[in-house]
Amino acid sequence: MENSRRSFLKIAGISALGFGTKPVLNAFASGGNSEKHEAEIQKNPAALKAKRWAMVIDTRKYKSEEDLKPIIEACDKIHNIPKHTNKRHEIMWIWIDEFKYVFTNQEHEFVDDRVKHLPFLVLCNHCEKPACVRACPTKATFKRDDGIVLMDFHRCIGCRFCMAACPYGSRSFNFRDPRPFIKEENKEFPTRMKGVVEKCNFCAERLAVGKMPACVEASNGAMVAGDLYDPESEIRKLLKNNYTIRRKPELGAGPAIYYIV
Amino acid sequence: MNDKNKIITGLIIFVIFITFPFWYNMGKAAPVPEPKLTEKAKLEKECIEPKEFMKAEHMQILDVWRESVVRNASRTYVSKTGKKFNMSLASGDDSCIGCHSSKADFCDKCHNYASVRPYCWTCHIEPPKEKK
Ligand code: HEC
Ligand code: HEC
Ligand code: HEC
Repeated sequence: MENSRRSFLKIAGISALGFGTKPVLNAFASGGNSEKHEAEIQKNPAALKAKRWAMVIDTRKYKSEEDLKPIIEACDKIHNIPKHTNKRHEIMWIWIDEFKYVFTNQEHEFVDDRVKHLPFLVLCNHCEKPACVRACPTKATFKRDDGIVLMDFHRCIGCRFCMAACPYGSRSFNFRDPRPFIKEENKEFPTRMKGVVEKCNFCAERLAVGKMPACVEASNGAMVAGDLYDPESEIRKLLKNNYTIRRKPELGAGPAIYYIV
Repeated sequence: MNDKNKIITGLIIFVIFITFPFWYNMGKAAPVPEPKLTEKAKLEKECIEPKEFMKAEHMQILDVWRESVVRNASRTYVSKTGKKFNMSLASGDDSCIGCHSSKADFCDKCHNYASVRPYCWTCHIEPPKEKK
């Protein structure tokens, strides 16, 4: 009797120990397991790279809004940009404005007729010192090493500080669910949702697979994108041989979109 | 003590009332869901990583993916077995939805059971419903 109780307790003790340590052993085992998954993440070797992305827009190469429509269409289409009927809800990544609003600091009474009536393409300036990035409380807006100012939509909380900070009005807010206003969805790119801000992304998703931004591709040479820090690049040549202006440079944001007027 | 009957009836009603949820759901315990693979996924045989790992870690993978794609412009995932995937939730043939093209029969099966409602689909485009 004595003896059997003793042995029972022993066995009970040992098995309790066994059960107790099983989860610990499992944890070790699974730790080892997950170590086996040394998956790797790579860049596409075809991706277009630059030290500092920038764009030159040659306003001599177009005359009317009609010439610019295909450019805007190309962007709207691949990025699923909704066409809101209410102007105040409008979402714009690239759009048209007049000289007096685009170059507020250069406007005067006697601007020549061509420029006065010429439509100007405007988009996010992908600034050297972007005010929006500093304003964003969640780091949803950030500047990449190659100069592109991007948004991580997953982080945007819709506070719109960035919109207040941007001196160029480059950002739009989704006051409504955009989906009903998208005629044809591009399945390759996510839409946005009500309550997030959005803007031009320099076609980061296209650069990553070796394609130039959609607007550049659709512009028949009126827009050129390239590396500002590469003296051999096409845009550097354009900048060297033409007088260019930028929007509100006096603010010190360092816009990277140059206009040949 | 002539209230015996009343008390007992009361007690019975009380017990039935308290255990009502158990009666009500008897035999209806939600079966563990079996996500259905599409024909395409069946052909591929393997997910991007082993099944058990996917079951437990797919949300982590997606989180790493979006961070990497959006912030580092790195869009190619090479699995342990050396296969390459375009890191995407819903665009392209080798995205999650490329293989698991019936979201309702796959992702939602588990998610409804576990009562998780990822909000990804307010932006990422779901495949059309009718596909089985
Ligand atoms: C190449 C096609 C393919 C791709 C891409 C793919 N899967 Fe799978 N997935 C499969 C197959 C096949 C299985 C079944 C594996 C098995 O039964 O061993 C599976 C299984 C799973 C499971 C486990 C299902 C279960 O029954 O427990 C989950 C979860 C899962 N996948 C999620 C994902 C997610 C999330 C992605 C995107 C990151 C993804 N898959 C991408 C083919 C794919
Ligand atoms: C085997 C069942 C199963 C399948 C199949 C499955 N999931 Fe899940 N998923 C889960 C569970 C369970 C959770 C919740 C985990 C938690 O809360 O810790 C989850 C969570 C998630 C989350 C995180 C949600 C959040 O709010 O944190 C995402 C994103 C997700 N799943 C995406 C997918 C996608 C996309 C697919 C289809 C390709 C899929 N899952 C298929 C079981 C599954
Ligand atoms: C507010 C809109 C929005 C929501 C909500 C959203 N995403 Fe995204 N997501 C985007 C955009 C925009 C991109 C950028 C696509 C690109 O650059 O190709 C993206 C990219 C991604 C990518 C990498 C590229 C790709 O094509 O998939 C993954 C993975 C991803 N998101 C996962 C998720 C998951 C998981 C959820 C839900 C937990 C989610 N997203 C919710 C808008 C959103």
